[in-house]
Amino acid sequence: MKSVELTINGKAVSRKVEPRQLLVDFLREDMRLTGTHVGCDTSQCGACVVHVDGKPVKSCTALVVQLDGADVKTIESLAADGEELHPMQEAFRQNHGLQCGFCTPGMVMSALGLLDQNPDPSETEIREWLEGNICRCTGYHNIVKSIQAAATTMAATNK
Amino acid sequence: MYEFDYHKAVSVDDALKSLTSASDGKLLAGGMTLLPTMKQRLASPDVLVDLAGIDDMKGIRKEGDQIVIGAMTTHAEVNLSALVQKEIPALAELAGLIGDPQVRNRGTIGGSVANADPSADYPAALVGLNATVTTNSRSIAADEFFVDLFETALDEEEIITSVSFPLARRAAYMKFPNPASRYAVVGTFVAELADNSIRVAVTGAGGSVFRQAEMEAALGKSFTADAIEGIAVDGDEFNEDIHASAEYRAHLVGVMARRAVAKIA
Ligand SMILES: Cc1cc2nc3c(=O)[nH]c(=O)nc-3n(C[C@H](O)[C@H](O)[C@H](O)COP(=O)(O)OP(=O)(O)OC[C@H]3O[C@@H](n4cnc5c(N)ncnc54)[C@H](O)[C@@H]3O)c2cc1C
Ligand code: FES
Ligand code: FES
Repeated sequence: MKSVELTINGKAVSRKVEPRQLLVDFLREDMRLTGTHVGCDTSQCGACVVHVDGKPVKSCTALVVQLDGADVKTIESLAADGEELHPMQEAFRQNHGLQCGFCTPGMVMSALGLLDQNPDPSETEIREWLEGNICRCTGYHNIVKSIQAAATTMAATNK
Repeated sequence: MYEFDYHKAVSVDDALKSLTSASDGKLLAGGMTLLPTMKQRLASPDVLVDLAGIDDMKGIRKEGDQIVIGAMTTHAEVNLSALVQKEIPALAELAGLIGDPQVRNRGTIGGSVANADPSADYPAALVGLNATVTTNSRSIAADEFFVDLFETALDEEEIITSVSFPLARRAAYMKFPNPASRYAVVGTFVAELADNSIRVAVTGAGGSVFRQAEMEAALGKSFTADAIEGIAVDGDEFNEDIHASAEYRAHLVGVMARRAVAKIA
């Protein structure tokens, strides 16, 4: 077992973990943060995307021990239970950017990573950015629309 | 995944030491290839030696007429580097075409080069730009580095510390990506180097990256897409899979080469 210290959604966490434990399992099993999903477990689908030190990564393809000292943010960091949704979440709701919702946490975290880097992306840039996020339901059009809408509100409200 | 011990190295020497003392130790860079392989139990190292804590192995700098990229520099960092964008834009672009944003945020140039996947993108840039791979013990020219399918000139216990790319007069990379993974079905890197020599490096088509000598000679006489129009590519030894036949790959080598030339002619 190895000791690690991380910040998860703003809270300091220290734990002993097996070197082989994946970040996604740590989040879901140990932290009970089940908003981060496992769709493929083979680094393809993006359902497991979280932010590590501000950048979107696939949490099924990172060991917790690699991330000692890191700042991790999951979908749960965006809005507390019962409180107002984050503009990106609200945009997905308004634009029908989800059907079953399985891919949505990963889509939202990836999309926020895009806007951090490029606050006013074109439709093509959004579609290219979503290369690593697979959705089996929506056909992507409404996901793209949601991200465009969120970019507009976020620019207007400075969020 | 089978159990293993984990060591976060603090220096290249420290990494070498723990690698040599393990019975089947493996270096861990971005983990984007190694961890999926371990999950499938196709690899079961007893120790993982993480290179992420070695600051000397990170970053991008200009040294004379070379751009030197630390082995632990991520694909995203190369893609977004103002220095690479200015000095070798084709290299920055190539890094931005690898996989997806999440893979680019973790995957590293050292890991990609060491892994030598036949469909990886970086090998085309290394050979196309006549780059040099620097390890803990020596320098290896890209032409000698890539040996065969997943096989390089690296010794069992050797660590890539950086890759140096000489500045080129002009360069372009064109790939036909696998629509799912974005790996190159065929990728062609064309460059005119500072000494006026021309290089055409092809990835994805064969077991390992290779140079297309006939196209290089033709482009040396006339740097136009037309100059290489009629050159037939022999696909006898090419890869064949559900994505593309060897014949189709041979065809794509020409198409990608002409597009790359047209972009910078
Ligand atoms: C979904 C997906 C899509 C991808 N698409 C592409 C693509 O389109 N194009 C492409 O080129 N690649 C692609 N990749 C591969 C990606 O670029 C990997 O990042 C890369 O192949 C390995 O780099 P890494 O840093 O993750 O290395 P790791 O997985 O950590 O290591 C890979 C191997 O290299 C060894 N190694 C690592 N660093 C060193 C070093 N410094 N010295 C010596 N040996 C070392 C390790 O021991 C291991 O054997 C994709 C990967 C995924 C998961
Ligand atoms: S579960 Fe991580 S990419 Fe699919
Ligand atoms: S909404 Fe069902 S997978 Fe995307």
